[in-house]
Formats: sequence, C-alpha cells, structure tokens
Amino acid sequence: MKHDLLFRKVQSLVILLILVVIAYAAMIITQFDIIQTVTSIPKAIIWSVTNFYPNANSLAKIPDIWSKLQETLLISIAAASVASIFAFVFALFGSRVTEINRVLALISRFIANIFRNIDVSIWALVLLFSFGQSSLTGYFALFVASFGFLTRAFMETIDEVGADSVEALRATGASYIAIVFQAVLPMSVPQLISWVLFMIETNVRSATLVGILTGSGIGFIFDLYYKGMDYNSASLVVLSIVLSILITEWISNYVRRAML
Amino acid sequence: MIKTTEPALTGSGSVPFTAKRIKIKLLTRSALAIRITLLMLALLTIIGFLTFNYEGVNFIKGVLATLSNFKVIFLQPSFDHVTFLGAIGELLITLSLGILTTLLGAIIALFLSLFAARNLSNRMTSNIVKELVAIIRAVPTVLWVLIFAVSAGLGSVAAVIGMSFHSISYLTKAYSESFEEMDKGTIEALEGCGASWWQIVWQAVIPSSMTSMISWTFIRFEVNFGIAVAMGAAAGAGGIGYDMFMDSSYYYNLHEMGAIAYFILIVAMILEYGSVKIKDKIRA
Repeated sequence: MKHDLLFRKVQSLVILLILVVIAYAAMIITQFDIIQTVTSIPKAIIWSVTNFYPNANSLAKIPDIWSKLQETLLISIAAASVASIFAFVFALFGSRVTEINRVLALISRFIANIFRNIDVSIWALVLLFSFGQSSLTGYFALFVASFGFLTRAFMETIDEVGADSVEALRATGASYIAIVFQAVLPMSVPQLISWVLFMIETNVRSATLVGILTGSGIGFIFDLYYKGMDYNSASLVVLSIVLSILITEWISNYVRRAML
Repeated sequence: MIKTTEPALTGSGSVPFTAKRIKIKLLTRSALAIRITLLMLALLTIIGFLTFNYEGVNFIKGVLATLSNFKVIFLQPSFDHVTFLGAIGELLITLSLGILTTLLGAIIALFLSLFAARNLSNRMTSNIVKELVAIIRAVPTVLWVLIFAVSAGLGSVAAVIGMSFHSISYLTKAYSESFEEMDKGTIEALEGCGASWWQIVWQAVIPSSMTSMISWTFIRFEVNFGIAVAMGAAAGAGGIGYDMFMDSSYYYNLHEMGAIAYFILIVAMILEYGSVKIKDKIRA
C-alpha cells in the first residue's frame, strides 16, 4: 500500500516534469516571454479602459456596422443551412446504419474528414483566389467548414438514433427511401436541428476571422477601424459582435428547449 | 396520449370503414418548434442569397475556378519560399503556441472551475463565474488577440494571451461540469471528518475527475492547434498560418499552399485520432 502510494506520487511528479519541459521548449520555440506577459496584462487593461470604448463620433457609424453585421449573420445562417442539406446526404451514405455500399461510405467519410480537419481560415485563403473580396468568399469558407463538421455530427446522430428502427423496418421489407424518410429523419430531426443551430453559433464566431482574411462582412469593418486606429469605432464593432453572439446563443438555446 | 374516439364494433366484430384518415402525426409543441425553426432557416437563407454583396463575381465561374484551384492544391503541392524543414519548424511554432495556450488556459481554468462548480462553491459565485465565462467566449478569439496586440505588440505574447481566453472559458465549463458529477456523499463524508475545503479539493475532487479533465484538455489542445493556424494568418502570430497567409495574399502561390495544407491536415488528423482514442479510453 505504501509502496503503491509512493509509486503514484513519483508517477505524477514525472508527468509534471515532462509538462514543464514541454512548456519550456514551447516558450523557447515561440520566443514567449513570461515577464512581458505579466506586464502586458495590466497595460492592456489600462489601454482598453482609456481607449477602447464607443464615443459620440463612433455612434455615427452604427448604420455601417449594422449593415455589415446583418450581412454576416445572414451568411452564417445560409452557410449552415445549405451545408446541412449536403451534410445529411453524405451522413446517410457514411453512417454505418444507412450506408448503401461500403466504398461509397468510405469515400464520404474520407471527404468529410478532410473538410473538417482543414481550418476555416485556410478555406478562406484558398477561396480568396477564385471569388476575390466578396461576400461569396466568406460564404463558401463557412459553408465548407460547416459541411465538414455537420457531416461528422449527423453521422454520429444517425448511428445513435437509427440502428434499431432501421433494422426493424428493413425486416418488414421497407424500401431505402421509406426507411430514411419515415424512420431515420423523423427520429433524428431535433438532434440534427440542434447541431445546425450550434453550427450557426460557431459560424457567427468564425465570421469575424473569415471577414478579416477575406475583406468582407463584420470582420472587414473591424479591420478597417482597427488598422485606421479608430479604436472607438472598433470597440463598437466588438460590442455588436458580442451582442449578436449572445443573442444567437440565447435563441438557439430557447429553440433547443422547445424542441427536445 | 393520443385521444381518438374508438369506432364502435359492429356485430361481426370487424372495424367499420371510416372515411377519415387516422391521424398518426400530432402537432405537438416540439413538432411546431421544429417546423417554425426550419421555416425561419429557409427564409433567412433565401433572404441571405438575395442580399449578398456579389460584387460582379460570377457564381459558376467562381465554383469552376475553385475546383481547378483544389486540383492544383491537392495534386501539385510543392515548396517555393519555405523549405521542407522550414515548414516543419513553422509547424513546431504553431504547435508550441497551441501547447502554451492550452497549459495557461488549463491552469487558470482549474482555479476558476472550483468556483464555478455548484457543489464546491455557493450558488451566487458559481453563477457569476459561469456568466463571466460566457461573456468571455462571446468575443471571438481573433479580436482578443488583436486587442492585446495593441499594447503587447504583434507576436507570441499577444497571441497566447488572446487565445487563452477561449481556452479558459471552455475548460472552466468542462472542468466544473466534471466536478459537479462527483458523488455528493464523498464530499459530505470528508466534511464530516473535518477536512478543509482545500483538502477536499486536492485529495478527493481533482483526483477523481482527473481522467475526464485530461481528456477535455487534450480536446482543447486539438482545437487550439486550429486556432493557432488561424491566428498566424489573421493576427500575425507567426507559425505555419502566416506562411499560408503570405502565399495567399502576396505570392499567389497555390502550389505552396497545397504543401502547407497537407502539413496542417496531417497534424490535425493525428491530433484528432489522439483525442478520439483518449475519449474511447475514458468512456470504457
């Protein structure tokens, strides 16, 4: 018993030591300076209190910000909604419960895997080549990222929900279409919508990043004020983003509760 | 639940023919919510497409161009401005940013989550911490980084601090939820023995939720890698994301973007595999 306790103490000490070494190596690689970190936090607080607040001047920019915000919200919703349709088809092919044939299942899983593991920022940079600085670039970047994530999420939902009922219906000789539309879809719809709502929330969050990279939507207008050192207006943009994210979250939680 | 008037049996015992279809679907509150949600989503999507700022971009042309770009990226990757070893070095920087962010986030979240867990703190403190954490999460990571960059300058310090906010918020929620799963009896028994709050936390609560905490932390690390790539591109945090950004915005070099995309993809897949394995191990 005592030996066991000692062993566990040594083990956790070793793990701690390894973590410290990794952290130290990471600090050297990134030239991360602890002292600078500690001193920069109060500096940042002082700076934001003295500079980062909306003033009367920036209030005049509310119409501009509002139109960009509206555009961004619509892009986020449209991307998640359209992606969910594609994702559902791919999830049907990819799910173990509803797969039509093995090769198709593997292909659709592979595609979803690639699309999910490439970050939305990379998609934005790639799409910039063909769509330029327009809303479409932002839309497609969010669409592709949503598609990858939703396919995976839908696949897991169908796997969880469908197994028994699909088997039962198959035994009665129901056709594939009937199985999908009479059993799989009705049973998993609340879960699926819940995922779509989650995706919209995520999209609204990443829209800022995508906007900065592709020069569209709310991210673009933030970047414009930020680079122009108009911090009062930039803070107003941040405020509007925070409010819209909190409201989106609130709505989707409300809908989720009503649905489930 | 389903209230229907049963048809009276006739003499022969067979059910008489009813012209009305039997209602099998009921419009419950949940079904109504689903329909309204779907309708709203469809409506907003259509409005979105009608009001998008297309700026003369041809939709079909763009899609075709994207497909041919994909072909170049995935089938003809090559290095140009960065060497193979250089790319690995940049990848290490990005990974290091992810590690530092995760560790910093985990340490701070550990303390915050003790106050956020219902069974370890009081109701008011718990609610305050949880609300605070939700508001922190509402500011996108890139904005945290850029806000810190004004006073700390662009670089790893601003990137790590800015990225840590979301990690703190996420891990606080995850940790406190695993603390709340802890058996109430254990805490009461220890309190009865006269153990102090810190003793209960260090000797009982944390050891028993250790496995789920490790798994959440690793999942967060996986997320942070993706964020570190993005911050390299959007907020000058350095690392492989920055090379990607340069290729996209200055060199217009699709071939090198492809090579870098493969690098990122491979690391992301390894990390995902790891977190799936850890999740399975803990569930079992």
